[in-house]
Amino acid sequence: MDVLVIGNGMAGYKFCEKMLYKSNPHSVRLTVFGEEPRPAYDRVHLSSYFSGTSAEALMLAPAGWYLDNDIDLHTGELVVAIDRERKLVTTQHGKTAAYDKLILATGSAAFVPPIPGTEKDGVFVYRTIEDLEAMTAYAPKARRAAVIGGGLLGLEAAKAVLDLGLEAHVVEFAPRLMPRQLDEAGSRVLQRKLEALGIGIHLGKNTAAIEGETGISRMVFTDGTALEVDMVIISAGIKPRDELAARAGLAVGPRGGIVVDDLLRTSDPDIYAVGECALHKGMVYGLVAPGYEMADVVATNLTGGSKVFTGFDMSTKLKLIGVDVASFGDPFCVSVAHHPVVLEDSVKGVYKRINVSADGRQLLGGILVGEAESYNMLLQTVKNALPLPPAPEDLILGARGRGDGGSSVMRLPDEALICSCEGVSKGTVCRAVAEKDLSDVKGIKACTKAGTGCGGCLPMLSDLLTEALKAQGKTVRKTLCEHFDYTRQELFDLIRVKGIRGYDHLLTEHGKGYGCEICKPAVASMLASIWNEMILRQATIQDTNDRYLANIQRGGTYSVVPRVPGGEITPEKLVTIGQVAQKYGLYCKITGGQRIDLFGARVDQLPGIWEELIAAGFESGHAYGKALRTVKSCVGSTWCRFGVQDSVGFAIEIEERYKGLRAPHKLKSAVSGCVRECAEAQSKDFGIIATEKGWNLYVGGNGGAKPQHALLLAADLDKDTCIRYIDRFLMFYIKTAEPLARTAAWLNKLEGGIDYLRDVVVHDALGIGAQLEQEMQGLVNTYRCEWREVVENPQLRSRFAHFVNTPEPDPTIQFQEDRGQRFPVKW
Amino acid sequence: MNTITTDITWFRAAPVEAFPENGGACIKLGNDQIAVFNFTARNEWYACQNLCPHKMQMILSRGIIGDTCGEPKVACPFHKKNFSLTTGENLNGEDYRIKVYPVKVENGEVFVGVGNEISDQW
Repeated sequence: MDVLVIGNGMAGYKFCEKMLYKSNPHSVRLTVFGEEPRPAYDRVHLSSYFSGTSAEALMLAPAGWYLDNDIDLHTGELVVAIDRERKLVTTQHGKTAAYDKLILATGSAAFVPPIPGTEKDGVFVYRTIEDLEAMTAYAPKARRAAVIGGGLLGLEAAKAVLDLGLEAHVVEFAPRLMPRQLDEAGSRVLQRKLEALGIGIHLGKNTAAIEGETGISRMVFTDGTALEVDMVIISAGIKPRDELAARAGLAVGPRGGIVVDDLLRTSDPDIYAVGECALHKGMVYGLVAPGYEMADVVATNLTGGSKVFTGFDMSTKLKLIGVDVASFGDPFCVSVAHHPVVLEDSVKGVYKRINVSADGRQLLGGILVGEAESYNMLLQTVKNALPLPPAPEDLILGARGRGDGGSSVMRLPDEALICSCEGVSKGTVCRAVAEKDLSDVKGIKACTKAGTGCGGCLPMLSDLLTEALKAQGKTVRKTLCEHFDYTRQELFDLIRVKGIRGYDHLLTEHGKGYGCEICKPAVASMLASIWNEMILRQATIQDTNDRYLANIQRGGTYSVVPRVPGGEITPEKLVTIGQVAQKYGLYCKITGGQRIDLFGARVDQLPGIWEELIAAGFESGHAYGKALRTVKSCVGSTWCRFGVQDSVGFAIEIEERYKGLRAPHKLKSAVSGCVRECAEAQSKDFGIIATEKGWNLYVGGNGGAKPQHALLLAADLDKDTCIRYIDRFLMFYIKTAEPLARTAAWLNKLEGGIDYLRDVVVHDALGIGAQLEQEMQGLVNTYRCEWREVVENPQLRSRFAHFVNTPEPDPTIQFQEDRGQRFPVKW
Repeated sequence: MNTITTDITWFRAAPVEAFPENGGACIKLGNDQIAVFNFTARNEWYACQNLCPHKMQMILSRGIIGDTCGEPKVACPFHKKNFSLTTGENLNGEDYRIKVYPVKVENGEVFVGVGNEISDQW
């Protein structure tokens, strides 16, 4: 059978995937014509293109996937004619192809309202990667951009405008935002949130014209007002691409859309339509999930199965510019008897409304703005007509601390649809977990495809996984390793409360076996974070870097990093570093943290090197430890004409305070002297940026493989308050993180996220602020330079030898020269 | 396999105090380097080649020791490859292994036993 698909968007792609999955090998030949120059990509997450996601990363499948599966894909080919008599299509380049069954997945185009001026340079639509590229190219010429359309897609476009660095405005014809999802009150809450982010919201505005001589200069509205803008993005809805179908004589709706029946057949029984081009019972569905469902229905029927499309729930949840918005079931209940239950918290910017049936037994639908954690449960309650609790308001009063988020998921019936994009039920997920022995959400995604569409069900998958594993009697507690049946946090508390100071003591009393390379360094780190005793008192539980207070490198030599607080260094100290490097033949490199790294020191040379460095006033830089590394700084107000505060001075103060602090993982920090952020503080575990009024404190940033911007914890702080908050933040992290979790990973997993962290650190919601500060002060007071102790202690010093039966160095160490310096030979 | 043969020569390594508790140190025997471990927690001594066969680094004596399900092991500091201290087998399922040697302690001195056939192996 020759199956021909016109359109390689999300629905067209999904159809191919379903056909491959359902059909017998070689029974179907699939040919696909796509108008866009590239294979199908994820249009739902299009706005992430502006925050750095590449076009490649948005691809639903790599080009090779089509080849591997014998799908004949033609991109950049617009089909211009269908010959229904001969069952043949023709493209604009004159290519022809025959079909037995034809699938129209032509999607939609942006609807451009008939406003004078939409043809001008500087007016864009928001739909394809090419549209985004055009916007990106134009943005440097613009300052203020307006989005016409305050619906779901329009607000996505506004986010894109912000990401492009422009001032953003949203113009909506209706008196409220997201008119299909939100009521007036919900819209008000969302509006306040968006305005706080600097987006101008203009409701009830009908654009009369877009004006400008060269390019555009302003929008004029029918009420006589105007808005000065130099860029306009139109996102006022979609228009089904039905022109090809219409030309072929297929029935189309009066307002667009290819008419289909419950089998998605058009008026020609050999031609089907799926996705945004289809008009089913008067509805065009502009969401991905119904498109996928339509693809599944057609694929099922073409491969011998039987399934009908009966309409689709339009419930949706999304994060708009950081604000959760959800609408489910019947959000308005305009003509249905019901009792609305409403929660509005204008301080936090949260609005929740649920519609309860007149008899109080069923949930009909609702709206969530500002917090949508309960969305999945609420949606399932509607879909499965689950009985409501006696006090339905409990459903929206927030789940934190109640601890039933997981178990409630188990109350759902097996057929409850968890992932509506892929149509995966709870039963399927639980069976996969049990039968395939899955232990993480990644495994569930791979086996069932659940969670691979919009991603909205991921929190629910995680809950299901936990509960399904529990049902199998598997614990999901992250214990340290086979030697300790405790989590890091539990061990941390045990060590503190019981006053345990040695690894052996802890293992004897609370562990089993003889330990390993996982629990020994983890416990060493906790002991250091709690008691701050010289770590070499228990040298053999330390990782090799901590054991030799230096960083092991290829070839078995070590590198040495003296502390250079804030990156400020005197010429005299620079000379000393140079002399030491010369004397020991060390390779020199400037680090990313404004320090100097000296490579190639043999283990027996380390104490001698440090003796000279310490004599010149240097201290250990702890580059070898899961500890505070460096506090980078820009020159700030002392030199820089833009600086508003003394960033170097503050960086030095911070580095001096936290030097030697050991944590679950390394800690990096930076202080910038103004908003230009030259010290890159937002990529650090904690970063500080000067403002006119004081200092902004950011936490949870990361560079590395998964870069992540730090989040603002508190703004315009004075120095003392800033330090107090850092004390609290660091101690809270040290006490609760898993081993080897950086602050970014820890914060991502912290229930309640940055808001909860702010509650703990700034508002002291747990009442532990003073204790955290006191514990940190204890660590600050007990700081000693480890290298000074080694240099001054002959017994410790004697451990720095390669052999214990001869003073010879390791004879196998070999170097080669390049660019005037020494390197280890390759391994 | 263990290299205990009937032809063992015992070499004096160093006094007991030269080896940290529950840790190792390296000794030089001719041109060979041997890692010796003072596994105090088990009241045992172990010895193996100092060379980690994964990236050919002279390093195992600086590794953390411990056990996997009761089997004593050393973890290489470079990439945490685990080796059994009794058989020399790689415990991560990779197909390289290390030589292990018998150890004895007499009058506060540690001795390592070397079979006559292995000395010029590296």
